[in-house]
Amino acid sequence: MKKILYIAVAMAAFSSCEPEFNNPVDEVGFYDQGQVDLSTYVALGNSLTSGYADGALYIDAQENSYPNILASKFAFAGGGNFTQPLMNDNIGGLLFNGQAIAGTRLVLSYDASGNPFPTNIAGSPTTEVTNTLEGPFNNMGVPGAKSYHLVAPGYGNAAGIGSTANPYFVRMASDAESTVLADAAAQSPTFFSLWIGNNDVLTYAISGGTGEDRTGNLDPTSYNSNDITDPNVFAAVTSQVVNTMTSAGAKGVLINIPDVTKVPFFTTVPNNALVLDAGQAAQLTLFFQAVAGITTQGLINQGVPAAQAQQIAAQYAINFTEGANRWIIDVPATQTNPLGFRQMTEEERVLLTIDRSALQTQGYGSVAITPDVLQVLGKLQQGAQITEAEANLVIGAVNGIDDKDALDSSEINAIDTARSAYNSTLAGLAQQNDLILLDFEALFDRIAESGYQFNGGQVTTEFGSGGAFSLDGIHLTPRGYAIVAHEMIQAINEQYEANLPGVNPADYPTVFVQ
Amino acid sequence: MKTRFMTILALLALAHSYAGGFRVALQGQRALAMGHTGVAVVNTSEVAFFNPAGMSFLEEKLSVSFGMSAIFSNIAFQNEAFGYSVRSESSVGTPFNLYGTYKINEKLSLGIAVYTPYGSQVQYPDNWAGSHLVNDIELSAIFFQPTISYKITDKISVGGGPIYVSGNVNFSRNLDRSTTNTEGERIGVTIDQSGIGAWGYTAGLMFKPTDKLTMGINYRSEINVEARDGNADFRNIPENLQNQFADGTFDADLPLPAELSVGASYQVNGKWLVAFDYNRVFWNAYEALDVQFSNGLESINPRNYKDSSTYRFGFQYNASETFTLRGGYYFDESPVQDGYFAPETPRNNSNNFTAGLSVQISNRFAIDASFLYIHFNEIDASYDYYFENGQAAPFGGTYKNNAFIPGLGITYSL
Repeated sequence: MKKILYIAVAMAAFSSCEPEFNNPVDEVGFYDQGQVDLSTYVALGNSLTSGYADGALYIDAQENSYPNILASKFAFAGGGNFTQPLMNDNIGGLLFNGQAIAGTRLVLSYDASGNPFPTNIAGSPTTEVTNTLEGPFNNMGVPGAKSYHLVAPGYGNAAGIGSTANPYFVRMASDAESTVLADAAAQSPTFFSLWIGNNDVLTYAISGGTGEDRTGNLDPTSYNSNDITDPNVFAAVTSQVVNTMTSAGAKGVLINIPDVTKVPFFTTVPNNALVLDAGQAAQLTLFFQAVAGITTQGLINQGVPAAQAQQIAAQYAINFTEGANRWIIDVPATQTNPLGFRQMTEEERVLLTIDRSALQTQGYGSVAITPDVLQVLGKLQQGAQITEAEANLVIGAVNGIDDKDALDSSEINAIDTARSAYNSTLAGLAQQNDLILLDFEALFDRIAESGYQFNGGQVTTEFGSGGAFSLDGIHLTPRGYAIVAHEMIQAINEQYEANLPGVNPADYPTVFVQ
Repeated sequence: MKTRFMTILALLALAHSYAGGFRVALQGQRALAMGHTGVAVVNTSEVAFFNPAGMSFLEEKLSVSFGMSAIFSNIAFQNEAFGYSVRSESSVGTPFNLYGTYKINEKLSLGIAVYTPYGSQVQYPDNWAGSHLVNDIELSAIFFQPTISYKITDKISVGGGPIYVSGNVNFSRNLDRSTTNTEGERIGVTIDQSGIGAWGYTAGLMFKPTDKLTMGINYRSEINVEARDGNADFRNIPENLQNQFADGTFDADLPLPAELSVGASYQVNGKWLVAFDYNRVFWNAYEALDVQFSNGLESINPRNYKDSSTYRFGFQYNASETFTLRGGYYFDESPVQDGYFAPETPRNNSNNFTAGLSVQISNRFAIDASFLYIHFNEIDASYDYYFENGQAAPFGGTYKNNAFIPGLGITYSL
């Protein structure tokens, strides 16, 4: 009997060896899902939802997608398994029938003088699109998807790659004719998130506004990839998605569309990076005075009254000063701007992809001055007459930034107008369906303005070093996605009276140095 | 009286300070079983550590004892805000001690003591939430102490000796909270050096005013273990950052603090002995664990420990010719101050319970067994002096630790 007692005491000593908390966080009941059922979470969206970063989709980035981060926190309070259509490798890129159709991810490299620049990581993509995966997948984020693609049959049909289909959805679609929405709904989600609409304006923005604003056109099958989606089309699609997802009582989060023109892709190359010394400024000013003079003469020759001709031409007598000057940009030629160029305005943007060496060395964005042009300018200074050919030589030297390399104010307006309409739709849908509206627009404005602070750190929208944006200048870093997840959790905790653990952005990496 | 006692207890419970540091008080199986008391106990050659002055009070001509303990320690950590939950990997440390004393004559005794009073062995899972502070650490120091003791009168003796320390350090952590190479592997560093030599001393005095009462005092000096040109190995560094994080060597100082012990023992009768010790460890010396790397980097880690006390109580009961039973308790106060609770030695105040026995298996040989259970209360604590890009990034949560330490030894006497 005594022996048994000794053994019992010894056992107690051994078992008490594992320290136990009074309230262990990993025990059921510590956290709480509140009024929602997190058991089956499905995320709908585009590249931002898939985890896409650094210009590619790759395994590590997918692991750090905001839906996957969320699911890891949901697991503390009833959240179930969360599956993703993982890529085949960690370098990114796609093969279609063995041909590379998407490149590897960007990493940061350094040139000989220590300046960082993004470059594609070495290696060949190994993810073959036609190797379709066995679903279903909780993460239904499809890079490149626009709103109307979510309900487009055939979006996952390999035969349509290059036109109507999306290779990322081809990999994961349950069937060639299924839709993203159908595959999402088939999982009977109890909780969903929807972040769609970015690409409905973003592809237009990235093209420098070379696409068309399709507002008023209700047939998305007639759109090209760089067009702005009609807000009514957006409203119809998102309503359908929300109705379908909530039809069985699921709750969820709708995330609205941030001001895409504030991402580093549009803010890294300044619109006033034409830096001149006093002599250069004087020379450029002189040049544009010559352009104004030539234009006045030309208009008078065309029969425009002299006063009117001078008034129109006066816009070309652009004054340059020592220091930073805004670039010259090409715009459509009109009666009031017959030469079709002007200086950029403060809110206009230059794209990250512009040829920066052309800006620096070839007079791109100002004037391509040649010895011949200088000779004509000299003649004009001496008050000599010039020929029509010489006049054309001067006008032709104006080397404004092409439409594809910049966003002008009318293009920015078109984007803003559509985006505001999308966001109104999302706000209305959230309210009508007792869903959370995560105001990412406001959050992103705040980050762009003053950064996002977290325990012992902050991120800003600075390209390469700010920590929020990956090296493509458009998509977030894992840390950026962690912030999205954290904000979503805060919103869920508040609106659905849940108690879920937050996300520490410091635990997630930013850009990768090679 | 009772009220005052309760107040003291309440104050102890409230005291927001922590215990232990990397002191490992396991310097003798018999003493350990008695709450690690010993500065005024003359029992075996273990006294060479606890108070060298006591050697000349030993009755035996020759006494040798060897003992070893196995430390099974556990650390659990959690953070409610982010749902972190982690347990240190079970590590087993094996401190040991070897003592020998020899009576030259009635007054003079010589001895040798080899023991391991400082050490730490903690291993967290790779890349755990606090891996920018520590991933794993292994500190050990072996003390070699030739000792002499002289009995001035029948009641008073002195003793002491120089100490040579051979220290080893191996410490691994990640360089920050998230940076990886392109393969997704976190960047980190391991520093390693063994056989770092250093010198110190010990000195003690013992006083036996009566046959039954023994009093003692012992001082062991601070020993600064100076790692120089140890091996620093940086891992997972991207090619373009190789210059910044080149492998090389490191320098670091680790002070092993001085310790003052005073105590008394009382032989109640032929069967019962009780003992009390008070230890003051001068942890104030441990200001920082700063590491200078040969590549120009430095790692600044303030520790800012404060001096701490340990209160020990033990008893011994001679049950028979063969069996001697022992028990004890001590309260160990943490030297860690608020905001400096680093996960490499996450020790708060602890309550310690000891027990043991000796079995005299022959005239000359005895087996000594001991057992120590260390109980730490759950504690919310943080380390607030980690900086990233110039911004403080506190790391904290709730810690709960414990350790159980069985030990076995053998004593030979002539």
